[in-house]
Amino acid sequence: MKGFKRQKGQEKPQYAESHNEQGDLVKKDATLVKDDPSGKSKSVSRRDLLKLAGVGGLGLLLGGGGVGAVLSAGQRLESMMTDADTKDVISFYGKHQAGIVTPAQDFIYFAAFDLTTSDKEQVRSLFKAWTEASTTMTSGVLLGNDNENLNLPPSDTGEAAGLSPSRTTITFGVGPSFFDGRYGLAGLKPAGFRELPRFQGDALEEQWCGGDIGVQVCANDLQVAFHALRNLARIARGTAVLRWTQEGFQRTAQADPAGSTPRNLLGFKDGTGNPDTSKADEMNRLVWTQTSDGPAWMGDGSYMAVRRVRMRVEVWDRSTLGDQEDTFGRHRSSGAPLGKVKEFDKLDLAAKNPEGKPVTPPTSHVALAHGNGSINILRRSYSYSSGLDKQTGQLDAGLLFISYQRDLFKQFVHIQEKLARNDKLNEYIVHKGSAVFACFPGVSQGGYIGDTLF
Amino acid sequence: MKLRYAVPAGVLVSSILFAGCGQTGTATQQPAATTKDAGATTQTTTPAASAPNFDQAVAAYRTYAIEQCDTFVKKTEEFTNAVKAGELDKAKALYAPARMYYERIEPIAEALGDLDPNIDARDGDVDAADWRGFHRIEKTLWEENTTKGMDEFSDRLLSDAKLLRAKVETVNIDASLMVTGAVELLNEVSTSKVTGEEERYSHTDLYDFAANVEGAQKIYDILKTDLNQKDAALEKQIGERFTALQQELAPFKDGEGYVSYTKLKPEEVKKLSQNLDALAEPLSQMGKLLGV
Repeated sequence: MKGFKRQKGQEKPQYAESHNEQGDLVKKDATLVKDDPSGKSKSVSRRDLLKLAGVGGLGLLLGGGGVGAVLSAGQRLESMMTDADTKDVISFYGKHQAGIVTPAQDFIYFAAFDLTTSDKEQVRSLFKAWTEASTTMTSGVLLGNDNENLNLPPSDTGEAAGLSPSRTTITFGVGPSFFDGRYGLAGLKPAGFRELPRFQGDALEEQWCGGDIGVQVCANDLQVAFHALRNLARIARGTAVLRWTQEGFQRTAQADPAGSTPRNLLGFKDGTGNPDTSKADEMNRLVWTQTSDGPAWMGDGSYMAVRRVRMRVEVWDRSTLGDQEDTFGRHRSSGAPLGKVKEFDKLDLAAKNPEGKPVTPPTSHVALAHGNGSINILRRSYSYSSGLDKQTGQLDAGLLFISYQRDLFKQFVHIQEKLARNDKLNEYIVHKGSAVFACFPGVSQGGYIGDTLF
Repeated sequence: MKLRYAVPAGVLVSSILFAGCGQTGTATQQPAATTKDAGATTQTTTPAASAPNFDQAVAAYRTYAIEQCDTFVKKTEEFTNAVKAGELDKAKALYAPARMYYERIEPIAEALGDLDPNIDARDGDVDAADWRGFHRIEKTLWEENTTKGMDEFSDRLLSDAKLLRAKVETVNIDASLMVTGAVELLNEVSTSKVTGEEERYSHTDLYDFAANVEGAQKIYDILKTDLNQKDAALEKQIGERFTALQQELAPFKDGEGYVSYTKLKPEEVKKLSQNLDALAEPLSQMGKLLGV
């Protein structure tokens, strides 16, 4: 991809510089090289640039310029990098892709792309270019070499300049249509990987469905997340186009420093029953596709289900608290199961009230989703609000439901079929969008997303 | 024509950093010769002798612009004559083809002060009292289905076209204008033609679309050899994407012209727009020619 080349093999970032005939320092290439995923990089981040402007820039402005001045300013940078900067980076590299068991960041920018090329090599090039961009952007470094050249559009779009990496993760997957034969990869499609069946009550709209490629960008800052997605789309131009996007949010760490379970837009805690992501064996059982599951390229990957679920918030807001709690099967304020006190108190679906009726209605959301407790998924949902429904003037708001699982059909579909048929919540929600993606295993240094597949 | 650069935050930062260090600040306003010099000084390893010489390219583009202008005046006169003669159908048929000669060299016209608004302003672009030019006549021809009352607008349009022809000889063309002009032409398509806003009464937007693309392609053709030496992969990619866009446009050809914009389905508009973006992105990198 043009405008996107970076110099490889440099040990540390360098300001390549020289002097022109007047003896002025001429900055030839302000590339801020970053190839070190360890988080201990010596590269100059978007934020350091600002700091440098503040600390060292004055001397340069006053005519103290020259190689020495710039180098010493560059050296000062390292000491200026704070712990906060490195803690704000989640490495793009790893055994698994980041953004799956990573604790959910405050914001999401989700995008589905369609490929417009019929050439497999172009797809491979795109994935390589995306990998390079992703490692750069998740480190908080400006993209590309041409951010100083007045004769060219800057290679980084710039809106994240000076902003921290914000724990950005970028997670890639491919949809069933990726294996439709255009690239000779049909034989590598995982057995049974296909779009979700139509669930009872689905009101899917094409504009929110499907895609050859799914990209989940999460960050603690929406502008940083948007920047990442925008640049990925820019790099893809000519090879892939955006099919649909949805941004989403949760409460931020600032609003909830304790990091308690987030609430959905119906006011209820959402995610209490999630499995413990710190338990590796549990993640291997529930989330990570094992090599033995086949095909081999999906080992250490995961399957993502995405559903755009519109909430009828106006109707919900007219329901009594009693109805609302019976619908979810939990108390609104504490998140505790009905009849219990604390959020994480054990769900007891057999408990009866004095009249002999179940304390938790069997058609409540929690009762159906929990079932007998043997089947679980990793939920990583965000709320969305996308203006008004033009037809009714009601809020187009709801849940961008995302779950990760080792097996889409044994886990997500199994649960969703029960919910679609009986969930009391269906009175207040409607599924408008649906997509599934096979998310690659993680990328190791020197590799690229999807390299196990190609 | 917006020759000034919007400086994004990232560039701003480094401009602060390296202000006074020589490279930044002046290149955009300078004619080609000075740009070459700047290129030579920033790349100390490159001997000045090998700095690209755009004299031939500029001369070739000037010739093209003058040719287009000559025909533009001729075709505009045929159009305005038909309007003044009250030949409604003939005027309608001549309207879009005449405009194509203008649309191919729009960056040149835009560099010439008030000529562009006088010739090409749409309703709302200028104060109502000042609105004249093609689109003023377009509105009457298609909305009111008459040529009545258009005599004076016709005369002024023709004299504006002739003024453009006279001034085009004097316009200061340099490689920078060509490079930015090529992108500018596609941006024109992207903002108003592909959305059907340009020809809101006649719906002949695809004529303008094709002409803008042809104008951009002419610039690419002229600079192609130089670009190939600088960055062969980029040159190839631009060429391929011009071809892809032309193929996308081909099904909408109708005889010598193009079908009405109203015939396009939403997904066809979207696809044209996406192909355009795919081309404009690498095209915007042609600035690499300018000694960087």
